[in-house]
Amino acid sequence: MEIFQSIILTIATASTPLLIAAIGELVVERSGVLNLGVEGMMVMGAVVGFAVSLSTGSPWLGVFAAVIAGMLFSLLFAFLTLTLLTNQVATGLALTLLGLGLSGLIGESFVGQAGIKLSSIHIPILSDLPLVGRILFGQDPLFYISIIVVAAISWFLFKTRAGLTLRSVGDNPTSAHALGIKVVRVRYVAVMFGGACAGLAGAHLSLVYTPQWVENMTAGRGWIALALVVFASWRPWRVIGGAYLFGAMTIGQLHLQALGFGFPSQLLSSLPYLATIIVLVLISGNRRLTMMNTPASLGRPFVADR
Amino acid sequence: MKKLMTGLAAATILASMSPAFSADKIKACFMYVGSKSDGGWTQAHDAGRMMVDEKLGDKVETVFAENVPEGPDAERALERFARSGCAIIFSTSFGFMDPTLAIAAKFPDVKFEHATGYKTAPNVTTYNSRFYEGRYIIGQIAAKISKTGTAGYIASFPIPEVVQGINAFLLGAQSVNPDFKLKVVWVNTWFDAGKEADAAKALSDQGVDVITQHTDSTGPMQVAEERKIHAFGQAFDQIKAGPTAQLTAITDTWGPYYVKRIQMVLDGTWKGGEMSWDGLKDGILTMAPYTNMPDDVKAMAMDTEAKLKSGELVPFHGPITKQDGTVWLKEGEKADDGTLGGLKFYVKGIDDKLPE
Repeated sequence: MEIFQSIILTIATASTPLLIAAIGELVVERSGVLNLGVEGMMVMGAVVGFAVSLSTGSPWLGVFAAVIAGMLFSLLFAFLTLTLLTNQVATGLALTLLGLGLSGLIGESFVGQAGIKLSSIHIPILSDLPLVGRILFGQDPLFYISIIVVAAISWFLFKTRAGLTLRSVGDNPTSAHALGIKVVRVRYVAVMFGGACAGLAGAHLSLVYTPQWVENMTAGRGWIALALVVFASWRPWRVIGGAYLFGAMTIGQLHLQALGFGFPSQLLSSLPYLATIIVLVLISGNRRLTMMNTPASLGRPFVADR
Repeated sequence: MKKLMTGLAAATILASMSPAFSADKIKACFMYVGSKSDGGWTQAHDAGRMMVDEKLGDKVETVFAENVPEGPDAERALERFARSGCAIIFSTSFGFMDPTLAIAAKFPDVKFEHATGYKTAPNVTTYNSRFYEGRYIIGQIAAKISKTGTAGYIASFPIPEVVQGINAFLLGAQSVNPDFKLKVVWVNTWFDAGKEADAAKALSDQGVDVITQHTDSTGPMQVAEERKIHAFGQAFDQIKAGPTAQLTAITDTWGPYYVKRIQMVLDGTWKGGEMSWDGLKDGILTMAPYTNMPDDVKAMAMDTEAKLKSGELVPFHGPITKQDGTVWLKEGEKADDGTLGGLKFYVKGIDDKLPE
């Protein structure tokens, strides 16, 4: 049954970057801002994380630098959309294009270099337990961080006053403003949290998933993360469900192919995307449910009346 | 060779095309589907371009556009090239085929060369490499090295070039071990390090101990290194990603071809409408050093390589049975280039159904 454990571990590795990027974007969207630049921030995190860990020899410094890079990159988005009030959709797209180009430039000298892997944890006895040892006690540190972040965000959004403030800013910024909440400031913080998460997700790609740097290595994962937020109808725990469903479908279809059942591979490859679309349709079919969870002012700029 | 590109790359195209060129030099232009530092397919083409700079730099100026998506953008980029005074344009991806022909028809005085396609015109020549010769060699090595008797093949898209590779690999393996098994996994992308790595992990979980790929990243090589199994590099020597895993790599060496063809333009002997399909003997395809294997396996590989170069050995020679059990090539019969160029079926022994 070692194969069972190995498959679960592969699924966890494939799902973790999606999960981290999606939970960050969830917070951004809960504050009423739509940042389509996840892919760009993620790829910046990947290149900076790789470059710093290779230069310093420490993968943890790389992770830290990736988080900072994602945050700084999102700050650019925040300044443009929240202070200069540019269109969020267009700015987000531009951020993705800029990130893909800029990361290629930064990473040019790192292409083809062997990276440093952020090693998985190992606890004597516990990690060697049969069947579940490595799943529970032997994964990479970012896996545990991803689960902790989801739990923390769920608690923050629905159990704390600050979380309530953030949600009110996303639902009705005008009222929030009238109550004296600094709407723009809250949104700045939310956007930067999203950037930090996207950077961390990028670090997972270049330091855990495939420890190397290649241009475009995010390969569309930022967009999947964006879809997962809608998939989860803006509820933190459901993001885990979505990310792992997507990961499981991706890995499962590879195993089915390798078993040689002769299913058409194009159909198998599209399964994860099909599943995502079907769930999205089911969710948006229920109008009440959608209305209840969608941040009411998502994507709308806010200008305080004086 | 086509690649799925995520993005709108118009900006990159404009940025990398330099308008300056002097009148006494001719201009040779290269259009790439990926980044010139992708560590694989496109980087191999760009290394060829740099060889042109080195060998013909006093008479030729080279220009390139990278990250050009296949589709309408490819036509626009080609048209820009043609209008900017390029004497010869190399379009280096399978999916650039139709755009190349469309623009070539509009600019009859500009010379076009398209890589790995099958359509030509009076001013369009296609060129390709017999990658499958290398696949035959690595198939033999895999059959010698594998302890489980099963190799894994990470495949991109079911186009003839890829099918040739899978068939040649298994034929090579069967020439050593007739019962050798091959598991094929289609990832439907040319370039996604993560997904390719996932495929390698899935194959390894299912008992595969030698992996080969027809995708462009070093993801699978890293997995092989980590799991202490073996793999073959693709398009570019990937020994850095797998110092103890890589057995050899099939590397593309386009430089000599580019130099030859541009020299022909200078001499006025260039002709369109040709199909050039070179292999190991022409040096368009070279094998990276044979490493991490016993001496007898290495000797066998070098012997096969020599025989392929001399023409004594041809991968697709009879008797070969198709997957469905019917005869493809009778004893002593060789496959012609036309059949190979449109290859759409597996040979016997492959544990997969070819996507259509």
